[in-house]
Amino acid sequence: MEINRETLLKIAHLARLNFSDESEDEMLQGLNDMINWVEKLHEVDTEGVDPLTNMSQEVNSWREDEVKSDISREQALKNAPKKDEEFFKVPKVLK
Amino acid sequence: MSAETNPTYQAVIGLEVHIQLLTSSKLFASDANKYGDPPNTNISVITLAHPGTLPRVNKQALELAIKMGLACGSEISQYMIFDRKNYFYPDLPKGYQLTQDRTPICVGGSIEVVTDQGPREIKLNRIHLEEDAGKSFHPPHTNESLVDFNRAGTPLIELVTEPVLHHPDEAYQLLSEIRKLVTFLGICDGNMEQGSLRCDCNVSVRRMGETALGKKVEIKNMNSVRNVRRAIEKEVKRQIGQLEKGDRIISETRSFDEKTGGSTSMRSKEEVTDYRYFPEPDLSPLQIPDDWLQSIKEAMPVLPKQLQLQLEEQFGFVLEDALFLTDSVEMHNFFDQAVKQFPYPEHILNWLKGPVQSVLNERGITISQLGLTTSQLGELASLTAGELSFSVAAQKILPLLLEDPSGTPKAIADRLGLLGSSNSDQLEPVVLEVLETFPDKVNAYKKGKKGLLGFFMGQVMKKTNSTVDPKMANELLSKHLN
Amino acid sequence: MDTFASLREIQEKLQSGAVTCVQVVTSYLDRIEKHTHLNAFLEVYHQEALQKAQQIDQKISDGTAGRLAGLVVGLKDMLCYQDHSLQAGSKILSGFESQFTGTAVERLLHQDAIIIGRQNCDEFGMGSSNENSAFGATLNGIDTKRVPGGSSGGSAVAVQMDMCHISLGTDTGGSVRQPAAFTGIIGLKPTYSRISRHGLVAYASSFDSIGIFSKSLEDNALILEIIAGQDEYDSTVSRSAVPEFSSIKALKKCKIGYIRESVETEGVQPEIREKTMEQLELLQQSGHQVTAVDFPLIEYVLPTYYLLTTAEASSNLARYDGVKYGYRSQHQESLDGFYKNTRSEGFGNEVQKRIMLGTFVLSASYYDAYYTKAQKVRRLIKDKTREFFDSFDFLVMPTTPTTAFELNKYADDPLEMYWSDLFTTPASVSGNPAISIPNGFDKNGLPIGFQIIADDFNEQGLYALSREILKGREN
Repeated sequence: MEINRETLLKIAHLARLNFSDESEDEMLQGLNDMINWVEKLHEVDTEGVDPLTNMSQEVNSWREDEVKSDISREQALKNAPKKDEEFFKVPKVLK
Repeated sequence: MSAETNPTYQAVIGLEVHIQLLTSSKLFASDANKYGDPPNTNISVITLAHPGTLPRVNKQALELAIKMGLACGSEISQYMIFDRKNYFYPDLPKGYQLTQDRTPICVGGSIEVVTDQGPREIKLNRIHLEEDAGKSFHPPHTNESLVDFNRAGTPLIELVTEPVLHHPDEAYQLLSEIRKLVTFLGICDGNMEQGSLRCDCNVSVRRMGETALGKKVEIKNMNSVRNVRRAIEKEVKRQIGQLEKGDRIISETRSFDEKTGGSTSMRSKEEVTDYRYFPEPDLSPLQIPDDWLQSIKEAMPVLPKQLQLQLEEQFGFVLEDALFLTDSVEMHNFFDQAVKQFPYPEHILNWLKGPVQSVLNERGITISQLGLTTSQLGELASLTAGELSFSVAAQKILPLLLEDPSGTPKAIADRLGLLGSSNSDQLEPVVLEVLETFPDKVNAYKKGKKGLLGFFMGQVMKKTNSTVDPKMANELLSKHLN
Repeated sequence: MDTFASLREIQEKLQSGAVTCVQVVTSYLDRIEKHTHLNAFLEVYHQEALQKAQQIDQKISDGTAGRLAGLVVGLKDMLCYQDHSLQAGSKILSGFESQFTGTAVERLLHQDAIIIGRQNCDEFGMGSSNENSAFGATLNGIDTKRVPGGSSGGSAVAVQMDMCHISLGTDTGGSVRQPAAFTGIIGLKPTYSRISRHGLVAYASSFDSIGIFSKSLEDNALILEIIAGQDEYDSTVSRSAVPEFSSIKALKKCKIGYIRESVETEGVQPEIREKTMEQLELLQQSGHQVTAVDFPLIEYVLPTYYLLTTAEASSNLARYDGVKYGYRSQHQESLDGFYKNTRSEGFGNEVQKRIMLGTFVLSASYYDAYYTKAQKVRRLIKDKTREFFDSFDFLVMPTTPTTAFELNKYADDPLEMYWSDLFTTPASVSGNPAISIPNGFDKNGLPIGFQIIADDFNEQGLYALSREILKGREN
C-alpha cells in the first residue's frame, strides 16, 4: 500500500512533527519505502494466532501504597526550559 | 422546550464519572496523592516522565476499584492489562495516559436510583482504572500557561453508564447516589468543587419511539450535581431547538458555563482524535487472586441502601428520614454513634434534621466540620427526651455548646438553671412564693376570677426564666389555688 | 601502563600494591585522550573518576572495597546517572541532567566500580552505525574510515581501544552484539527482562535491554551477576533468582543448531561464511552435535522488528515535548507550533522517520493490518524459537552478514542498513539471550563476530559455550 500526502500530514500532526517542502517529499518517499518493506508480513498466515503483547513472564507486579518522595520541586524544575519558582511554563493553550 | 414539555422527543443521556481514589500515593508512582499542596511538590521522576522511568501499579488502587465494582454488582475482571492512550497536552507528561481500554477492572453492574416514577436500575457499561493528568492554568494578559503536575498520576476510576437515562433528574439522582456510594465505601471524598469527583455527560435526543441514537454531544466541567442537571436540561432544550429548526446536531464537546447554565463548543468530536491505543508494555498483566478478592468481599462495609433499610426496620423511621440519615457517611456514623450511647433515636433524629442541619446549611459545612461530638448531641437528646423543652434547648444550649465545645449540655443546662425547673419539688416552692406575693389576686381567683390563672402562670414563668414545663406549673397552681 | 586482561588481574595488582586505583584510572584517561578523534566519549568524568579512585584506594587498604573495585566502566548515553548529563545522542535532550541513577548503574557503583564517562551512540538507539548521533559519528578503532556499528558504537570502541574495561550499552535489535562484532570484542544481550530497565532510556519497551561489552568473558559474566535481578522500579523485570554467572560452568556435550540460510544467503560476506563454518566444524570435532535447521520465518523477523519497535518508539518518544525538560524551539507562536517545531528541530531525521512509521502503524485504520499482524508474527517466531530449544541447546549464526562497512555507505539508501540487523533481530524479537564473540578477521583485517543464542534465562549456557570456544583458540 502507499500513503499520500494527506495521510502523511495527518500522521505528522498526530506525531507533532512538521516538515519543510523538500523534506516532506523525502519523508513521504522514505515512509512509503518502509511501508512497502514491512508489507512482507502479510505473506504470513496468522489465522487463529494470538498477538504477543507481553514479553515478560511476570504477573501481578505491584507495590504497596506508600509515599516516597524522591525529588524536590527545585530538582523537578531544574531541567525545565521555561519556568518560575513554582510552575512549568508553556505557550498559552487556547481553550 | 424540554423533553418534558415536548413529548415527541426523548432525551438519551449517559454519564462518565471520574472518581479520584483515596490512596496515599499515586497510581503508578510513589509520590503523594494529596490535594491542595503547593504546585509541583508532589512529584517524582516517574510522574514527570523523565527518560528512563517506568510505572509500577499501586495495589491499594486496585482494591478500591474492586470495592466499587462489588458495590455495583459488576463482574471483576480476572485478567487485566493497561493501555496507552496517546495524545499531546502540556499536563500529560508522558504524552500518553495509562488507562484500561481493553480490559476494564469491572464490567457491567448497576446502580439504583429513586425517581418520581419509582426505583430504576441504571446499567453500567464499565468501571476502569486510569491516571489523572496534571493541571494547567491560563493567567490572563500573558501568552503563557502554567503547568502543575501535582495531580498528574493520581488514581482515578472512570465509571461509564449505558445511555439509559432519559431525564436530567435521573442524572442528578444517579450522580448523587454515586457520590454517596463512594463516600460510604471510603474510596473517594466525593468533593466535586475540588474535582475529586467529576462528571461528563453525553446527551442526545431522538423522536419518541425511535430506537436509533441521535448524535451525541459531550458536556464537561460541571462542578456540582446541581449543575449537571442544569447543563443537561439546557442541552436537551438546545438540541430539540436545533432539530425543530431543521438543523442537524454536530457531535462535539462543549464546556459548561456556570453563569448561563448552558455550554459552549470546545472542539468538534467529528474530527475524532486518534488515540492509537495499544497495550502498555511496561506493566505486567494483573490477575486478581481469588483469596484476595474474597477478603475484599468480606471486608465490604454495609452500603447506604442497606443502612437505609436497616434504619427503617430498626427504628421505624420513614423513608425520608432514613434517607436523610444516610445522605452522607458522616451523618450516618454520627447518628449511629450517638444512638449507641444514648438510645433516643427519634430525638436524635429530630435534633439532627432540625437545629443541627440548620446550622450546617447556614455555615455551609458538614457535620464532621461542626465540632459537635456524638456524646454532646446524645446527651442533649436524652435531656429533651426527658423534661427539658426541645425548643428551649435548641435556642439556648446548642449555640453555647457550639461556641465552647468543651462544655456538656447538662452542665450548661444546670448553669442556666434550665434543669430541675420541671421537677415538681423544686417548682412547688416557686409556685407558693408567687401565690404568697399576690394574696389579693389569690382571693380574687378564689372568688371566681379564674382568668387570673394566666397571671399567676406569667409570674411563675418570670421567676423561672420561662423554663418550666407549663403543664406542671398549671397543675401545681391549680392544686394550691383550689 | 599496559592494559589488563581481566578484573582479577587488576585486583591482584591493587592488592599487592603494584598499582593504585588512581594509576589505573589515569591510564584509562590517558588512552581516552589519545583516542579522542574516534569520538567514542561525549563526556569524560576526569575529576570525579580520580576522586573515586582515591576513595577506593583507601577502601582497599581498609579492606572494605566492593567486588568491582578497580573496575573502570563507561556508560552509553542512554543510561541515567544522577546529576550527570544525559542526551541519548540527541539534540532534544540538550541541557538535561538525570535526577536519579538507574538500577544497573547503581548496582555497579555499590560495588565500587568507577564510571569514567558517557559514550556516543545513535540517537535514541536508532541506528546500526553510530552515524545517527547528533554529536557526530564514532569511528572504528581498527579502521577509522569505517563505522564501529551501532547504536552502541561509542561503548564498543571504548572497550575495543581499552578506554575502559567494561561498557554498558543497550541492545534493542542488536545494538550491542553488532558493534561488538564490528570491533572484535564480546557483547552480551541477556534475556529480555533479565536486567531492570529502570534508568534505561526507552526506545522500544518490549525489546530494550541493557547489554555488556568486554574483552574478558569472566568479567562480562561478573557484571551480569551484579546488575541482573528483580527491582522495585520495574514491573516487567524477572523476579527469578540470579544465578552465580561469574562461576562459568563446564560445558557438557550439547546439541547446536544453525540456520541454513544464515550461512548460505548470498548477502553474507564470504569470509564470514568461512569463519562460521570453521567454527561449526571445530564444535563438531569437540564432540558437540551440530545440525543445520530451517527457520522459514527468518525473512519476516526484520519487518516484524521494525513495525513493532517503531510503534513503541513513537509512543515512548512522545514525552520529548519541550515542556518539562530538554530542547525547546524558539518558534512558539501556538502550542501546536511549539510542539511541532521543538520536536522537528530536536529530533534527527532517522528518529523522525521511525516516529512517523510507528504512528502510522498504530493509527486506527491501520492498527489491525500492521501492529496486530506484527504481534501475531512475533508470537509465531517466539513459538518456533521455543520449539527449537526443545530439541537444541544453542542456536548459532554469524553476528552480522558483513564486517564493518565504510562511513556514509548507506547515506543514500538508509533502508539497506537495516539488513545489517538481519542476524541480531531474531533474538530481540523472541527475547532470547545472545552473545557475540570474536571469530577471526576478514581479508582486510576487520573483525568477524560469532553469535550464540540460548534458551530464555540460559545466559550461563552462553558463557559456558563461549568459554569453550575462546579457550579452544588459545590452544
